[in-house]
Amino acid sequence: MTIASDDPRVAAAAAPPPAPPPGPPVRRRRRLTRNRWGYAYVAPFFVLFACFSLYPFLYTAWISLHEVRLSDIDGAEFVGLGNYTALLQNEFFWNAARNTLTIGVLSTVPQLAMALGLAHLLNYKLRGRTFYRVAMLMPYATSIAAATLVFAQLFGHDYGLINTLLEAVGFDRVDWESGTWTSQFAISVIVTWRWTGYNALIYLAAMQAIPGDLYEAATLDGASRWQQFLHVTIPALKPTILFTIVVSTIGAVQLFGEPLLFSGNGMTSGGVSNQYQTLGLLMYDQGWTNFHLGQAAATAWAMFLIILVVVGGYALLARRRARAER
Amino acid sequence: MTVPPRRRAALGAALVATLMAAGCGGSGSDDGTITLDLGLFGTFGFEEAGLYDEYMEMHPEIRIQEESVERSADYYRALQTRLAAGSGLADIQGIEIGFVADVVANHADAFVDFAARDNADEILGHYYDWKVEGSTTADGRVVGLGTDAGPEAMCFRRDLFEQAGLPTDRAELAQLWSTWEGYLELGRQYEASPTKPEGSAFLDSPASVFSAAVYQGQTAYDDEDGNPIPESSDGVATAWQHASAAAGEGMTANLIQFGDEWNSAFANGAFATISCPAWMLGYITGQAGDEGEGRWDVAPLPGGAGNWGGSWLGVTESSEHKEEAIALVEWLTAPEQQVRMFTEEQHFPSSQQAAEDPEVATATSEYFSGAPVGQIFGSSAAALRFTPIGPYDTQIQEAFTNALSTVAEGTGPDDAFQAALDEIEQVVGG
Repeated sequence: MTIASDDPRVAAAAAPPPAPPPGPPVRRRRRLTRNRWGYAYVAPFFVLFACFSLYPFLYTAWISLHEVRLSDIDGAEFVGLGNYTALLQNEFFWNAARNTLTIGVLSTVPQLAMALGLAHLLNYKLRGRTFYRVAMLMPYATSIAAATLVFAQLFGHDYGLINTLLEAVGFDRVDWESGTWTSQFAISVIVTWRWTGYNALIYLAAMQAIPGDLYEAATLDGASRWQQFLHVTIPALKPTILFTIVVSTIGAVQLFGEPLLFSGNGMTSGGVSNQYQTLGLLMYDQGWTNFHLGQAAATAWAMFLIILVVVGGYALLARRRARAER
Repeated sequence: MTVPPRRRAALGAALVATLMAAGCGGSGSDDGTITLDLGLFGTFGFEEAGLYDEYMEMHPEIRIQEESVERSADYYRALQTRLAAGSGLADIQGIEIGFVADVVANHADAFVDFAARDNADEILGHYYDWKVEGSTTADGRVVGLGTDAGPEAMCFRRDLFEQAGLPTDRAELAQLWSTWEGYLELGRQYEASPTKPEGSAFLDSPASVFSAAVYQGQTAYDDEDGNPIPESSDGVATAWQHASAAAGEGMTANLIQFGDEWNSAFANGAFATISCPAWMLGYITGQAGDEGEGRWDVAPLPGGAGNWGGSWLGVTESSEHKEEAIALVEWLTAPEQQVRMFTEEQHFPSSQQAAEDPEVATATSEYFSGAPVGQIFGSSAAALRFTPIGPYDTQIQEAFTNALSTVAEGTGPDDAFQAALDEIEQVVGG
């Protein structure tokens, strides 16, 4: 964005002071009062952020250092990093971490690949383009609860549509919910269904920003459509792809609503043998079924650290590749 | 979407204002009436039975507001948070058997002590002893007055039994399944029958056996002091033995109770028996619909009396209208109203006096093939004794019933039992 403005405020903020001012505090105060509307405008966000994000964030960290039950919240006992060491030795934590990883891979990879393909198709001049674009965003606009309840019905063992279809073409009924892979596959389908369109639209927006002459040049050089996609579109989309990978990864680590509602009876264990218990669900199970607030808080922080590490890893990777290409 | 900055700030300010307004809502009484709030879960049925309207007619100065959460687990989460925060409690709170032990052990101070009332003998004397014991603290405080109870029986499908060539006479079945061994033996006959309807199982879920049988032991999940003893309890050992046999031999439909598939299965004839507390009759009627009429029947529970569920109403100490709330709770739980709750809503009384009332004791159910439900549930309730309960019973039971589902899927019973103990350790352990 270029700012072409002779608004003194913009100029004051952007340009270095032309001459050393005699009294800097006066100047700063003037700038503060001049910008007071700016601060007033951003204040609601920061007030809400402080109340509903920053405070809970810090309080969760504090709670995670205690052994505390909801019934006896005043009887909290300081245990230092005890909850974290217990977590590392807890087979339920590792099980949930494994499930989160497999569901994450099962949902994110096909999701982004399909989104890229869809965006590429929608980038052509199609009849009814707007309709397709709106239709793609519909799953994203559906609430997780509604989508999951419908999918849980579809994947039902005895009366589910999917099993009825499987049976009609000669296959056996699949007990989607009780199997480890089948349940994780079913949950991945819900996630993929919900997020593919959203990512496709982001890709589409980025594709439309690619200058047309690049394609023209490629065509002149005799590149086929597929080669254009590989050698023009994908490289140009790299930053966007990284962004969607980061966002999808964060979403995958936090996956919660789908596995909670998939069982259909509100159980927080993620299936009778925890076969689809994700980290988010484990945290809820510890906090709101078992009422071990300290453990749940430690799990929450562990999830946060996992996200930081993974996203940091992506960033490093991206930077190293960018440097290698230069 | 882009919103102009000025507009955005206005939106933000409006949001803050709304949040602040929502935070300090209060119930004003400018016209001299008193509003009593009830925080409940599931279907207590007072409203449906018309009890609130009747009470408000008798006491024009009282207005009753009920707020009900569908699942008791969700309700309990919210109640615990409010108890911990010490605010947001209703005047009257429902307390379920699943968490009454926690309330008794940790939150008795937050509730009015009914044993200390002048009319304590009158309001507590008409109950079964086991009901009052459930809401009594170690030092004798009583945190709530009982509403319904869940004496158990065995519900069965006459039509499916007939097709499979099994007897359908209640008295004969009661004899045949006086023990769980006898019940399982009938199950084997059912499963082996060449004429049983295809795709139907003898029982809905191993949980049907387990959660009924576990309370028939000397102890269920806890010792006298409410400490969990899942490994050494005789109730758990016998219940596990029978339930894992049923699961391992494949005579259950292995449905998760209260899940969607389980709900649909009532109408589809996917199972022939289910252990049913009195309140389950209404549930079955609702799920199986009109077509189920005359197909279902009720016989006594194998292995003796059992109880599943039941609730209390407590008055919170933080209530601004304590006396009025106490009066309402006393009235709602009085024997006369408990009789009505049974005849109209099929909630079985926890009041012995109400259960022995002819209107209850001689009641039969048209839907359940004319079964003498008053007598069947009444004798179950009369034979009950108090089994110690603890704060984690709900979670422990879920761990066991989950493990039983894995047995039905092919896991060895010993491995499954160990898995349940590991899961329980997550709940009760530090």
